Formats: sequence, structure tokens, C-alpha cells
Amino acid sequence: MSSQTTERREKANAPAGGAAGVLDAAATKERPARQESATQAEDRETLIKLFHQMVLIRRFEEKCAESYSLGKIGGFCHLYIGQEAVGVGSISAIREDDYVITSYREHGQAIAKGISPEAVMAELYGKAGGCSRGKGGSMHLFDKGVNFLGGHAIVGGQIPLATGVAFASKYEETDKVTLCFFGEAAVNQGAFHESLNMAQLWKLPCIYICENNQYGMGTSLARAMSLQNVAEKACAYEMTSEFVDGMDVMAMRQATQRAVKRAREECQPTLLEARTYRYMGHSMSDPGNYRTRAEIEKYQERDPIKIFTATLKEQNILSDKDISDIEAQVKEQVEGAVRFAEESPEPDPSELYTNIYANPLS
Amino acid sequence: MAVMTMRDALNQALKEELARDPSVFLMGEEVAEYQGAYKVTRGLLEEFGPKRVIDTPITELGFAGLGVGAAMAGLRPIVEFMTFNFSILATDQIINSAAKMLYMSGGQFKIPIVFRGPGGSAYQVSSQHSQALESWYAYFPGLKVVMPSTPADAKGLLKSAIRDDDPVIFIEQERMYGMKGEVPEDKDFIIPLGVAEVKREGTDATIVARSLMVPTALKAAEELEKDGVSCEVIDPRTIRPLDIKAIVESVKKTNRVVIAEESHPFCGVAAEISAEINERAFDYLDAPVKRVSGADVPMPYAKNLERLAVPDVEQIVAAVREVSYL
Repeated sequence: MSSQTTERREKANAPAGGAAGVLDAAATKERPARQESATQAEDRETLIKLFHQMVLIRRFEEKCAESYSLGKIGGFCHLYIGQEAVGVGSISAIREDDYVITSYREHGQAIAKGISPEAVMAELYGKAGGCSRGKGGSMHLFDKGVNFLGGHAIVGGQIPLATGVAFASKYEETDKVTLCFFGEAAVNQGAFHESLNMAQLWKLPCIYICENNQYGMGTSLARAMSLQNVAEKACAYEMTSEFVDGMDVMAMRQATQRAVKRAREECQPTLLEARTYRYMGHSMSDPGNYRTRAEIEKYQERDPIKIFTATLKEQNILSDKDISDIEAQVKEQVEGAVRFAEESPEPDPSELYTNIYANPLS
Repeated sequence: MAVMTMRDALNQALKEELARDPSVFLMGEEVAEYQGAYKVTRGLLEEFGPKRVIDTPITELGFAGLGVGAAMAGLRPIVEFMTFNFSILATDQIINSAAKMLYMSGGQFKIPIVFRGPGGSAYQVSSQHSQALESWYAYFPGLKVVMPSTPADAKGLLKSAIRDDDPVIFIEQERMYGMKGEVPEDKDFIIPLGVAEVKREGTDATIVARSLMVPTALKAAEELEKDGVSCEVIDPRTIRPLDIKAIVESVKKTNRVVIAEESHPFCGVAAEISAEINERAFDYLDAPVKRVSGADVPMPYAKNLERLAVPDVEQIVAAVREVSYL
């Protein structure tokens, strides 16, 4: 490799220009300076809702880990702890009638889009009261009523689907937008590239949000991707993209708002790369031997809830009492979800043979 | 009734359903400006415009998935594969998304989509362009699989498939696009999915055949008639759901059965039909069920080898004689 090529590669793998330093900042205790000015532009109710949702998702996921270890939740269970700001911030930027479609790490996004914690927990318990009536499980949460179009469990499989949902919005001349979440490992799949090509070619109102948590299961980004700057890949399709600090809920909200405006008003897609980090294993069965405790702790210093709490306190939006009140509410919500899941019946055995066909034939 | 080719019957079905329902749209490689690689979509761009008749890039996984997503949001896509050989690239979206969405969402998201295009053997297009993939798709609960054998069936079944609320794999036969037959012109002419048809009545042996094997079996039946063997030819038309009752009824009448298919024998549709007959009508059989399948080899290019790989009239005649102990 010539030195010129090496230099180009190194440059390309650095964070995108607009957000230079974010990657490095992720390794420090620094709070994003922009978060403070961002909060000043919002009403208190919105900020408290964002905070509440992030805390709810964190505690919900902690409860999932507990229930999983008790054998109440089966199969694969992928937790969102550490990534809450991405789902909460971006989903706060869309309307109720907009669509969300995502991967198998979707409990948090499902709750943020409006599925009740009860219905999510009951689904994880495999109960009839679950949002997919116990037939989908942790990786396949669906709720047509809130336009949550599922968790999908083949890496990248939801990306062409999202493109089709956005296609339908344009076809029907509505101004609905679609948020599509996926991990950075999905970017190596053909489905990602095929979708972005069509979305830009046909100008579809789809917002692709890559949650770059830096590991595809146990394989680090550096071991899996030749060009590690995901946002930069959008240039291959002449698509607008942004690199976003995924630990900053306000940055996620604002970047998504910009993308939503482009999608709704100009019918243009956007690729957002949210740099984030998951604290837990890939799934509950992952001991995490591929990274050090110190690395996790480094990122936890810049925990999305911790830094948002500090910002809100500093600006006198939240008091210690407000925080403990919200924690108490969340505790009750999560306990209520578990109670609901425990009490919900198992699916009737006859459900085995329902919903295979919408028009069943003999 | 008008006499037309299978190509034109399919074209008419597409035209009528596009006109009938604005949520129906058609996409695929070369379907619009090129007028279709096999001209099945001829004239549709002019009539319905580029919003509803859409040329795609060569990106099978992508546009198959886009179709499934559009169906989740309420549209009724028709996705053309230039040939079903290329659908292999799209199987993740067909199998993991389309077939399972209704079930894993607990009944919330139906997927009314048709994946259609030619399949099976053509003429000297070799291994990667001559595959009969119906057993793949028929394997999966959640998918319906349709294979017409006449222009009228092609029209009536395609219209049903488009109106159906489930994902339908609609496999046309590349060699049969030019085949002519009478086709009803009534806009509401449909043939329900899952209903077999007796294409020729007979008393001595049943030949179960689909797609290209139907005309082949009918010719074999004519040959056998000369020897005094009366064959019944039954065409399931829909592979899943399979009208096994109609097949079993025929077997109970004739007591002998040959199943003809273009596809490979191993784990094929004929193997499944054979198992069903053994489970449901074993006591009625006067001879073991006999299969006539395509050769268990990748399709060769050379004309003489290709001819050996696709079941023909002679092979079906020999099979019927075998089960008749003649």
C-alpha cells in the first residue's frame, strides 16, 4: 500500500468533518457543549419526556436481564442499555403516524414509539397479551396501531423493507416518513447498499439510522469494515448524511429533525450515523470476552442518561426531587409491566395454526 | 372467448388488475421501457405510467424487500423476476420477510404481494438459467405457489393471486409464453387458488402434471389411448395449498398414478405428492407411485443433453406402462 493510500484511508476512517472530535470525546468525561444550547430551545415538558423515556428504557432493560436470568424470557434477548439516546432522541423527532422499523435490538425503540411496556414485556414472556400475541418474541415486536413495523432478525433485512414503506408513503402521496434503525454490522450487507441506491434514485422519504455501537456481535468495527466512517458511505449514492453523537439525546433529536424536514418537504432520504456503545453483551448469552472492562467503563463515563441529567440539572429544569419522582414512576411502570406479563395467559394452543395466511385456503 | 398466447393472457390479467385497483403496482427489471424481457408487460407503461410500472436496477434482494415493505404499508405490489433463477438472490426477503410477517406479528401485517416470472427450462440457457424452484418456495408455510399450464389458467390464476392477501409465488414457464388457447375476456374471470383441474378424464391411470408437463402429459395420454390405456391428467395448478383431495379422488378411480415434473426429483413436489397419496390412498393403489422428474443434474447446454434432462412424452408413456404392468 502506498503512503498516499494509507493517508487517505486514515483520513477516511476519522469522524466526519461536521462532528470532528466526537469519537475522541466519547473517551472523555466531557459533556457535549451543544447539548446545553439545544435544551434551551425546547419546552420543559419535552425535555422531561425524553429523560423519562431514557430512564424507563434503561430500567426496563435491566429488568429484562433479571427476568432472562430467572428463565422468564427465552431465546435471544438483545438489550439496548447504553444506546437509549439514539432511539429516544430520533423517535421524538417524528409524528405518531410516521413509521419505525428496526432490528432485533428493539425493546427501547418499541417503547419510544408508543408500545406499552406491558405489551413489550408480555411479548418477551411469550404471552397472549404481548404486542405480537406471543408469536414474535424479543426480536419481533410489532404494533400496527402505532406504526411500529417490527423488529427483524436477519441483519440488514429491515433496510429494504423500510425503503418499501417509504415508497408506499410517496406512492400514496402522504407526507409520512420512515425511520429505519440498524447496527453498523448491517452496513456490510448488500441489503444496505441496494436500499440506499434505490432510496436516492427514487427520492424516498426514508431516514436510515445506523446505530454504530462499534461491535457486530464480538467483531469490532476495525476488524469488519474497510471504510469505518459509515456516514461517508452515503456519498456513493449522493445521499445526505450526518455523523451524530449517539450519546447525546438532543443531538439525535436535532439531526433527525433536519432529516425529517428533508424527507417530508423534499422527499429526500438521509443516512445518519449515530456513534454509540452498548454496555451489555450482544445478547444475554454473550460473556463479552472481546473487550475490556476498562473500555466499557470509559464509555459509561459519557453515559447518555448521566450527561443529560447533568445538563437538565444545571439548567434548573430538573431538581433532585424531580429525578427521584421520575425514578419512582418508572419503577412502578416496570413493575406493572412485569405484573401484566406474569398474569397474561399463554397463547391458546389453537394459535399455533392461526395467522399463517390472511386468506387461508383449505 | 378469444384465442391468445399465454404471454397475452398474463398481460391482460396485469392490465385488468392494474386498472381495477390503484394500490396495485408492478416493478422489476426491464418491465417498463423495454416492455418486459419476455414482453409479458408490453404496453403497461404507456397505459399506467411510470408511477405504477417501474423499472428497477438489477438489485433483486433490494426490490423484493422494497415490495414487501410497500405491502406492509398497504400497497399490493407485483414484483417481476426476469426469471425465477434470479429470485435466489431475493430469498431472504421472500422467505424471512414475506412468508413470516403475518405470523410473527401475531396477525397484524398481511403481505399481499405477487412474485412472478418465468421458471423451469428454456432452450439452451444452461445451468444457472433453467431451474425449477417450486419445491423451494412450496416448502414454506406463509407462501402460496401457483403454476399455470394454459393461457386461461394463467389469466384467471394471476388475477386471483393479485387479489389474494398473501404472498404468492407465480411461476410461468419460459417455453410456454407462445402457447395459444381460449381465454375468457370477462374482467371478473378468476380461478380460485388451491383448486386442481382434471385436464383430461380417464379410467386406467392418473398422470399428475403441472406447468410444462401438462401438455406433455396430454400428448402421452393420446399415445396411450392408441394402446387402449385411458389416462386421466390432473393439474393441481396451485402447488401450495395443494388440492390433494382432487388428486386422491382420481387415484381412487384409476388405482395407478404417475407424477410428472420438470424439477429435480430429490425433495421435489412429486415426492411430496407421492407421500400424500401413500398416506391417503395406499389401499387403492395397484402399483407403486411412479415419478418422472427432470434429471438430477445441473442443466447442460448441449442440445442433446438438454433434451435428456427434461421429461418428455416417451418417458411419461413408459412410466404409465410400467404402473400398468404393460
